[in-house]
Amino acid sequence: MFLKSIKKVKVCLIYISTFISVFLITNFSFAAGDKISYPQKEWTFSGITGTFDRASQQRGLQVYKEVCSSCHGLRLLAYRNLKAIGYNDNEIKAFAAENTVNTIDDEGEVIERAARPSDKFVSPYPNQQSARAANGGAYPPDLSLIVKARSDGANYLHALLTGYVDAPSEKKVPDGMYYNKYYSGNLIGMPQPLYEDGVTYADGTKATPEQMAKDVTAFLAWASEPELEERKQTGIAVILFLLVLTLLSYFAMKKIWAPIKNRHV
Amino acid sequence: MSKPKFKNPVVKWIDYRLPIFTFMDHELNHYPTPKNLNYFWNFGSLAGIALVTMIITGIVLSMNYTAHVDYAFDSVERIMRDVNHGWLIRYIHMNGASFFFIVVFIHIFRGLYYGSYKAPRELLWILGVLILLLMMATAFMGYVLPWGQMSFWGATVITNLFSAIPVVGESIVTWLWGGFSVDNSTLNRFFSLHFVLPFVIVGVVILHLIALHRFGSNNPIGIDVKGTQDTIPFSPYYTIKDLFGLGVFLTFFAAAVFFFPNFMGHPDNYIEANPMVTPAHIVPEWYFLPFYAILRAIPDKLGGVLFMFGAIAVLFILPWLDRSPVRSSQFRPIFKIFFWVLVADCILLGYLGAMPAEGIYVILSRIATAYYFFHFLVLFPLLPYIEKTKPLPISISEPVLSGAATASAFATREKK
Repeated sequence: MFLKSIKKVKVCLIYISTFISVFLITNFSFAAGDKISYPQKEWTFSGITGTFDRASQQRGLQVYKEVCSSCHGLRLLAYRNLKAIGYNDNEIKAFAAENTVNTIDDEGEVIERAARPSDKFVSPYPNQQSARAANGGAYPPDLSLIVKARSDGANYLHALLTGYVDAPSEKKVPDGMYYNKYYSGNLIGMPQPLYEDGVTYADGTKATPEQMAKDVTAFLAWASEPELEERKQTGIAVILFLLVLTLLSYFAMKKIWAPIKNRHV
Repeated sequence: MSKPKFKNPVVKWIDYRLPIFTFMDHELNHYPTPKNLNYFWNFGSLAGIALVTMIITGIVLSMNYTAHVDYAFDSVERIMRDVNHGWLIRYIHMNGASFFFIVVFIHIFRGLYYGSYKAPRELLWILGVLILLLMMATAFMGYVLPWGQMSFWGATVITNLFSAIPVVGESIVTWLWGGFSVDNSTLNRFFSLHFVLPFVIVGVVILHLIALHRFGSNNPIGIDVKGTQDTIPFSPYYTIKDLFGLGVFLTFFAAAVFFFPNFMGHPDNYIEANPMVTPAHIVPEWYFLPFYAILRAIPDKLGGVLFMFGAIAVLFILPWLDRSPVRSSQFRPIFKIFFWVLVADCILLGYLGAMPAEGIYVILSRIATAYYFFHFLVLFPLLPYIEKTKPLPISISEPVLSGAATASAFATREKK
């Protein structure tokens, strides 16, 4: 009996260790390319019960709008999506209407109209070439997926935004480049974007660079993974269901197999 | 076997004309299965379920996907953001590929450990290797479809391998691409092939099952079933065991889908493909890494390609490479040790495939590659001549070791 239960434990261990080792290897391999590690911050949206902090997201939207959006687009997001971070229809309508989009009128002429909630966020440049031309040849990437498109994305973004320091004396920083301790190669085309009181938060929060970096990261993490909250909440229900189902099937299996097991012991 | 009696008159009527219910009853219900299968025999049915899951989610995804270089990336993001539960379908499909490979790799190593490829199951094994090859082709083309940076550059690197073929290599690459670079026509044909190949896999899986049901499952002891006392009907014993295994599998799978959906992916694939910007490291999906390591271990391009495909090719001829009449590693003390060395070697190759091809990694890749081929081409044929196998039990029902039943006695008995 004792030996049998050891065998059962062994089976479980094989299952679990195989799974973990596969995960570890893959994790290992993808982390290996990155030489720089970023300060690990506490994010409300990490972990299996993570959710976004609405107030932080709204402040982040303000930072995006007043700072980032002069160079960076958010083309995969629609204005209507802002409902998910706590804005109502009228606020979204007004927010969208601050931008204009091109359309074609009944005479076939290209005209401008105010953006509607159904429109995607209007990018600051019409195309990549004009974006490069306006930024000394560097292309400010679209931020729609930025947190998913970088390894350890949220921490990376936060580190990058707060990583502007004086270059070490031996490092030559060419004109139009800036020194950032977390950017790969340390020379980045983006000037330091966040300064003390760079924005005046509508909710009165003190706008330190650290605060702004955290807020805009929370906002962009949501932009990258708008399904995150629903995904994790569904996940908990699904896993609980599966645990019950698996346990029930385990006991059913034991009951069905009992005569076979007893026969040849 | 007695003819099944169906109570339902409709079933009876149909079965008289089209004996599909008799067939199912025979192959899924009464199907005699060795009674001593362990949990490693769960992975076959899990692989089947993974395949069905991939096909169902894949069909739904294809309804919302646009195979065009200008729209592919955005159409995937539309699935993630605007299609109802599109994120769920896509994450199941994306992680399903990884889990399909995890399950199939365990299934293959189980076959290696218990000698499931040996006579009379050679064709069963070969069909399995063919399924692996088809899976790899399908997965590779599927990874191109989201048209991210790794999609594009992975496709470029892998298709370029064919240019190593002497004389006709360049023409073959142009033919594969449908042009002079990886471009819209490449994406279109990859989508088309990615859609159709899974159904080819289903076909080969059916052949795999027919071959399986010819002699039935191998078992952990590796000796043949001697009679009905050694077997139990598939249902309810293995249906319930497979259900339990499925529950465990789905728990892990759901954890990945809902909590770590991008864990096994590469962040660069969330950057749209750009032929003008090469990523710092081009890394294939994790399940290709051991083969990628072999490819890069050989200093010659053509040689690398040959060894990479050779790594699969040796699996095809494995039933004839292994000269030992004893199937299960339980009775092969030396082979058993080397089996785990092979497992470690494959994991090491996987790790090395993800590392940059420089310095110590290259040397280790070469050693690991050399061991892989040594294992298949030298160890499998020669080990039986020096290995003293343990005495085999007389039958599955009498696992008590008998002095009379030695490996050689078993071998002669098998020949009759």
